[in-house]
Amino acid sequence: MIELAQVVKTYEAGLATPFTAVDGVTLSIPAARLTVFKGPSGSGKTTLLTLIGCMARPTSGRIHLHGLAADALPHLDATEALEITSLPERFLTAIRRRTFGFIFQQFNLVRGISVLENVLLPTYPTGEDPRAVEARAVARLESLGLARHLRASVDRLSGGEAQRVAIARALINDPAVIIADEPTAHLDSRLSEDFMGLMSQFKEAGKTLLITSHDPIVYDSELADRVVEMRDGRVVSEA
Amino acid sequence: MRPPLQRYRNILDFALSSLLRRKGRNLALLSVYALVVFVIASLVFFVQALKHEARELLVQAPDMVVQRLVAGRHDPMPLAQAEAIRAIRGVAEVQPRLWGYYYDPVYGGNLTVMATEDADLAPDAIWIGAGVARTMRVKESDMVPLRGYDGQSTLFSIQKVLAESSELVSADLVLMAPKDVRALFHFPENLATDLAVQAGNPRELPTIAAKIVELYPDSRPILKAELLRTYEAVFDWRGGLMVVVLASAVLSFIIFAWDKATGLSAEERKEIGVLKSLGWESADVLLLKFWEGTVISVTAYLSGVLLAYAHVFFFSASLFEHALKGWSVLFPRYRLVPALDGYQLTVLFFLTVLPYTAATLVPSWRAATVDPDAAMRS
Amino acid sequence: MRKSTLCLAVTGALAALFLAMLAHARAEARAGTARRQPSLELVRRLGLTDLCLFTEARYTRHPAMADRHAAFQDHPMALDHFPSGSLLAPPAFPSPHAPPPPAIPKHP
Repeated sequence: MIELAQVVKTYEAGLATPFTAVDGVTLSIPAARLTVFKGPSGSGKTTLLTLIGCMARPTSGRIHLHGLAADALPHLDATEALEITSLPERFLTAIRRRTFGFIFQQFNLVRGISVLENVLLPTYPTGEDPRAVEARAVARLESLGLARHLRASVDRLSGGEAQRVAIARALINDPAVIIADEPTAHLDSRLSEDFMGLMSQFKEAGKTLLITSHDPIVYDSELADRVVEMRDGRVVSEA
Repeated sequence: MRPPLQRYRNILDFALSSLLRRKGRNLALLSVYALVVFVIASLVFFVQALKHEARELLVQAPDMVVQRLVAGRHDPMPLAQAEAIRAIRGVAEVQPRLWGYYYDPVYGGNLTVMATEDADLAPDAIWIGAGVARTMRVKESDMVPLRGYDGQSTLFSIQKVLAESSELVSADLVLMAPKDVRALFHFPENLATDLAVQAGNPRELPTIAAKIVELYPDSRPILKAELLRTYEAVFDWRGGLMVVVLASAVLSFIIFAWDKATGLSAEERKEIGVLKSLGWESADVLLLKFWEGTVISVTAYLSGVLLAYAHVFFFSASLFEHALKGWSVLFPRYRLVPALDGYQLTVLFFLTVLPYTAATLVPSWRAATVDPDAAMRS
Repeated sequence: MRKSTLCLAVTGALAALFLAMLAHARAEARAGTARRQPSLELVRRLGLTDLCLFTEARYTRHPAMADRHAAFQDHPMALDHFPSGSLLAPPAFPSPHAPPPPAIPKHP
C-alpha cells in the first residue's frame, strides 16, 4: 500500500510566481490493484505520480510505502512502513530502480541505440551478471512481440512498438509497482485494448498499477479498481 | 566479476554506444586529437634525442676554443699567440685548428674544409663526409677539383668517405693535409683559424680563460660548457617555429575542451534526466561522462605517442625534413637514438587527458545532480 | 562481443605497445653507445665543436662558434635569412670581452 499524507509540491525555481502542482493530497493507494487518476491536464496527476515514483521530493507532506520496498532495501523489515520523502538520494534511487517501473507519456527512450540496450539501461548501475540480465530482457521483449527488433535502433519503431519497448524497460527489474502516464494517448482503440490486456496480466501477477488517463477505455475499464479524480492539484473524488 | 567492476563495464558499454551514435563526428575528433598529440610528441622526441646526442658527442670536444675578433668579426689567429697561451699555468695542450668554408658552385653546397695531420692521409688525397659524397655525386677513388679564390683548381683524389654513422658530425667535412688547406685558401703560414686548448683540470678553465683575455683582449675564449649550452638551446621552445607549432597545439586542445565545456545541450540534459528516472544515481551519470571523455583522450594520447615514436625513430622524422632542411643543399642523414623523457611524456598525458575529461565531466555535474523530474520537464 | 570488451582490448593493446616502446627506447639507447663511436673518434681527433645540422651559413653550421653578431655580420639591419634561424636560439653566453660565466653546469 502507498500512503500519501498532505503532500504538496510547489515549483518555484525560475518562475515569476510559484506554481503549486499538488496541493495537499491525502490518499491511500491499495497494493495489487489498478488505480486510475483522472482529470484535465494541469490537474497535477503526472506530478503526483512522479512524487510517488521517487523522482522528485514533495515540498511538504509525507509518503509511506508499506511492504513494497522489500527488494530494494533488504535490510529493512518488510512490514515496516518506509517513509520515502526524507530518504537520502542513494536509497531513493535504489527504490526507484527496484520498486517502480515508469512508463512515460513520451516514452523517453534513448535515441540512437538499440531496443535491447534501451531495455537494459536500468540494470547497468546494478552490476548484475550481464548474461542473466540480457536473457531476462530478451524474454520480456519476446513476450511483448518485439523479438525481431532486438538490435534495431528505436528510431525506426512505430508508436505502439515504442511503447512496448518502454513497457519492457519498465519491467526489467521486476518492480512491484508500475506507473503509466497517459499510456493510450498516442494509440488507436485496438492498441489501447491491447495495452489494457497487458495491464490485466500484470495485475494478475500481483503488481500494483497506477495509471493517469483521460481516456474512457482506461478509466471505464472493468480492470480499474479505484478511480481518483483530480483538479487543480487536489483530489475531487474517489470511486 | 564482482558487482562493482561489472558496473564500470556496463556504463562503459553505454558510453561507447553514446559515442557511436555520432560516429563520424567522434571519429574525426579522435583523429584530429591524435594528430595534435602526434605532432607535439614527434617534436619532443626529436628534440630530446638530438640534444642528448649533442651532449654525448660533444663531451669529447676541446675544453676551450680561442678565437680572435677584429671589429666584431672572427679573424685568423697568429700562431705566436698559441705559444704564449701554452705557457699559461694549467694549460695542458694547445692545438691550432685550421679550417674554413668552401662553396661548391656546381651543386651549391657549403662544405667545411678541415686540416688533419692523420698519418693515414695520402698526399693530394682528401677524406670526405658522406653528405659531400651525396651532394657532389662522388665516391671513393674519384677525382674532385677544388677551386681557390685565385681561380686555380687543384685536383684531389678521394681516399676515403667517412662512415655514414658519423654523419651528424661529419656530413659536410672535407679533410686534407694542412699544406693543402693553406694552398687552397692562400692561408698565411703564420696564422691559424683558431686554437683548441686542453686544460689539465677542467675546473680551472674559467681562470685560464680570464688570463687569455687579459693577455690578448681581442680574443674570445669559448668554453666547452658554453658549447654544450648552445645545443641545449637548439630547438628551444622560444624559437620561432617551435612557438608556432606548440601554440597551435595548445589552441587545439583548448578548442576540443571548449566544445565540451560550454555545457550540455537541452537534449543531453533531458537524456540524463531519463537515466536518473530509470534509477541511475548521480555517480553513475558522472561515471558515464568520465568514460566518454577518457575513451577519446586516452586513445588519442596513446596512438599519437606511438605514431610519433615510429615517425621519429623508424622513419627519421621524415615529416620534419623540410623544416629542418631549410635552405641547405647539403643535408645530413642520421638515425637518432631514443632519449625518452618520462617527465615530458607525463606532462603531455596530463595536458591531453585531463582538460578534455574535465571539460566533459564538469558541465555534467549540475545536470547529474538535479532531480530527474526537473530535468525531464526542462 | 560487448563494446566494452573491444574497447578495453584495444586500449590494452595500445598500452602494451606503449610499454614495448619504452623498452625499445631503453634497448636502443644502449645500442646507441656503440653506434656513436665513429663520431666520437672524429670529434676527439679533429677537435670538432659542432654538429652538422644546417649547412646554409657559417653561423648555422657552427652555432657554438658564432656570437650574437654573426647573423648580422653582413649588414647591421640584416634580418635572419634562413629558416634555421627560427630553430636556433642566439647563443646564451655574453659578449666577447666579458669574463666567461663562472660555473660549469652539470648535465641532467
